[in-house]
Amino acid sequence: MAEQHNSYKIKVWRQANANAKGGFKNYKLDGVSTDMSFLEMIDMLNETLVRKGEDPISFDHDCREGICGACSMYINGHPHGMLEGVTTCQLHMRSFPNNTTITIEPWRAAAFPVIKDLTVNRSAFDRIIQSGGYVSVNTGNARDANEMPIPKEIADEAFEAAACIGCGACVAACKNASAMLFVSAKVSQLALLPQGKAEAQKRAENMVAQMDEEGFGSCTNTGACSAECPKLIGQEHIARLNREYLTAKAGSDFVK
Amino acid sequence: MSELNSKIPEGSIGEKWDKHKFNIRLVNPANKRKYTIIVVGTGLAGAAAAASLAELGYNVKAFTFHDSPRRAHSIAAQGGINAAKNYQNDGDSVYRLFYDTVKGGDYRSREGNVHRLAQVSVNIIDQCVAQGVPFAREYGGMLDNRSFGGALVSRTFYAKGQTGQQLLLGAYSALSRQVATGKVEMFTRTEMLDIVKIDGKAKGIITRNLVTGEIESHAGHAVLLCTGGYSNVFFLSTNAMACNATAAWRAHKKGAYFANPCYTQIHPTCIPVSGDHQSKLTLMSESLRNDGRVWVPRNPEDKNKKPSEIAEKDRFYYLEEKYPTFGNLVPRDVASRNAKYVCDEGLGVGATGKAVYLDFRDAIKRDGQSRVADKYGNLFDMYKQITHEDPYKVPMKIYPAPHYTMGGLWVDYNLMTNVDGLYALGEANFSDHGANRLGASALMQGLADGYFVAPYTVGDFLATQPYKTEDTSHQAFTQAKQEIEARIKKVMSINGKQTPDEIHKKLGRIMWEYCGMSRNAEGLKLARVEVQKLREEFWNDVKVVGTENQLNAELEKALRIADFLELGELMILDAHNRNESCGGHFREEYEINGEAKRDDENYSYVAAWEFPKNSTGEMMTGDPVLHKEELVFENVKLTQRSYK
Repeated sequence: MAEQHNSYKIKVWRQANANAKGGFKNYKLDGVSTDMSFLEMIDMLNETLVRKGEDPISFDHDCREGICGACSMYINGHPHGMLEGVTTCQLHMRSFPNNTTITIEPWRAAAFPVIKDLTVNRSAFDRIIQSGGYVSVNTGNARDANEMPIPKEIADEAFEAAACIGCGACVAACKNASAMLFVSAKVSQLALLPQGKAEAQKRAENMVAQMDEEGFGSCTNTGACSAECPKLIGQEHIARLNREYLTAKAGSDFVK
Repeated sequence: MSELNSKIPEGSIGEKWDKHKFNIRLVNPANKRKYTIIVVGTGLAGAAAAASLAELGYNVKAFTFHDSPRRAHSIAAQGGINAAKNYQNDGDSVYRLFYDTVKGGDYRSREGNVHRLAQVSVNIIDQCVAQGVPFAREYGGMLDNRSFGGALVSRTFYAKGQTGQQLLLGAYSALSRQVATGKVEMFTRTEMLDIVKIDGKAKGIITRNLVTGEIESHAGHAVLLCTGGYSNVFFLSTNAMACNATAAWRAHKKGAYFANPCYTQIHPTCIPVSGDHQSKLTLMSESLRNDGRVWVPRNPEDKNKKPSEIAEKDRFYYLEEKYPTFGNLVPRDVASRNAKYVCDEGLGVGATGKAVYLDFRDAIKRDGQSRVADKYGNLFDMYKQITHEDPYKVPMKIYPAPHYTMGGLWVDYNLMTNVDGLYALGEANFSDHGANRLGASALMQGLADGYFVAPYTVGDFLATQPYKTEDTSHQAFTQAKQEIEARIKKVMSINGKQTPDEIHKKLGRIMWEYCGMSRNAEGLKLARVEVQKLREEFWNDVKVVGTENQLNAELEKALRIADFLELGELMILDAHNRNESCGGHFREEYEINGEAKRDDENYSYVAAWEFPKNSTGEMMTGDPVLHKEELVFENVKLTQRSYK
């Protein structure tokens, strides 16, 4: 498709800080190249705001290659926009018809409070990982990497789970703002691998407990999280988390 | 300090590190908790160092400007990590990895450091597997390998095209475990803006809380900068948007020497620039050159034909023809330079004529689409998303782009800068890659420094330091804090006409034009004046909106650009000083049949620059002072590099 220049109405959530009352604001933007990425369109809008002396729209972003997980916009009713398996930074303006309105909101979840405009605080995810999302192995402890063969199918499945970028789209997509997909991806990755087995049940319990403490909602197996996940992390990981968690509850000494 | 002492241990190359580890002073486990170590940056080097030091019992304060340590740009590394495991039984060894890396770096790195890197490479893979990093495996359950440029063995471990992500998440998990134990205090959305020196030693840092704008001081017994490289000086690069040189540059202004700033890596396989709106460039992993074939039409008149309509005999597989031994897997500097040559000759393809094909037709025919998708699926998807072309059907179009910087803060064998107690790890230092880094070696170096080098060498230094150290009430902290506050006030008050990005783009154009893939004395002279002028422009005409007491991305950008504007000049000076071509530093005056022509007699040294002594105020003025560290080669014979 040859490059075109389009016009859009951008309807975006503005909120000065965590305590301020936010609201939508409309901007008109012309001359948007269809080759631009979505974030380059926001850059362009921000440059026009800055030149007018206005505060630019705050948003998290960094690698712009779909892997760091920083970008987090709720675009036209979908986290990371409407394309399957794509982050906001990899979304391109050719996907948006000329002369339409684009609505942009921050992730909305009690556990992800707004810091400013589209920037939210996702440190709850870090605290969940700190509660058990690791194998307890000190540097220098390791045996030879090929000492323990791991079937390719298992390694591949662990990889699929480990591909989670921690962006929070699953939470934003969920009507209950549940973090089950995020938690399950880590629990599942480490439960599949022999290295993670020793702590598997304790890990499941502790991470679920931390998830609850952070104020994420309950999972009702609707599946919106997987449908909107930019890395297409599937529901089977939630099933595995449930299995690990129930086994732990039934048989372990760590039950809280 | 004038003499640079690299502190390379005595002994044969294979014994140096082991001997050194034995000679290192130790800190009693019970006393480790009396020391605090500041780690800036949480990429591979930073997260690995912070976690490993905390495991040993030290108190660690770790800092990142991201919202989470997991976002560091190490995460975007695609292709893999080298290790001399010889699992493929194809003749690899620690010595071969060492040799390939020294040769790949065009004989401008330190033998001692590189050999240590090759030695610990094997431990890295073990450690990562133990953490649960899901590397690619063969059906029998063993780890799989692939090849990368500059090597004739398969020693690269990988996790699809997301190796950096998996390694970083491994280091992040180790770091998170230490945060939970309380041994690491983690500061997110906190950017380091200066280091604090007391009696010549690094004793702490000044930071800005990016959410509240508050300027804060942190004291410790040692400071580790793990803050990455400076490719964003070009504005357009494959680095993430926030990658910057500020931490390293502020350390430089406080006395740390900056080594070989002109050694920049222009990566051969990136998606070409498409327009002025572009904010960054995207890499397509070097691993693609395992299966993709690089070519351009042999006849300029075929340029606008569809690639499928160009007959086999009319395709110029220039790397395979010129370098039959290494073919498409020549090192990055060689591949980039040759892409430039064919485009300069008018054979380039695409709308701008600045692109070459990377073609998977033959690999798909040979192995089937699903096998190719299995290896490179995410890269193909990313390419399609950005360019709107399907690389399974038409060849990718690629062109070189700034990607990595081999130069960085000068460090000795212990990774300590010339400032006592100040260390630089990973891409932030200069030590292992010479004038050109081989693919899959950045992840190796970041993790080597963080997991297996710094935990030993930092202890060696701390063992000589008193437990009691100055706290942040010391006058040096208050003064540094005031200086930073004044600098921010000054930037905010200029209220000129140009946005930080506009000035950054101008800087990028100057650097790319004169100090990019090829350089010459005339252009470099001109460029220095241009950068100086642009710096004036910045301090008189930049426009930063908002206030300093809030989340303010414009202010963050402006402060980083102010430092890039000084570093850019140093890169130019270094490139001008080095009257030879080597690796990624290509001076048009010094070439032999299109290849880099080194001058070992006069330039076999590390150029370590000292910030101009007479510089006053905010802006760099005057000439930096050059200190030379002669490179000694006892094992590898210096020859004209050949990949033919």
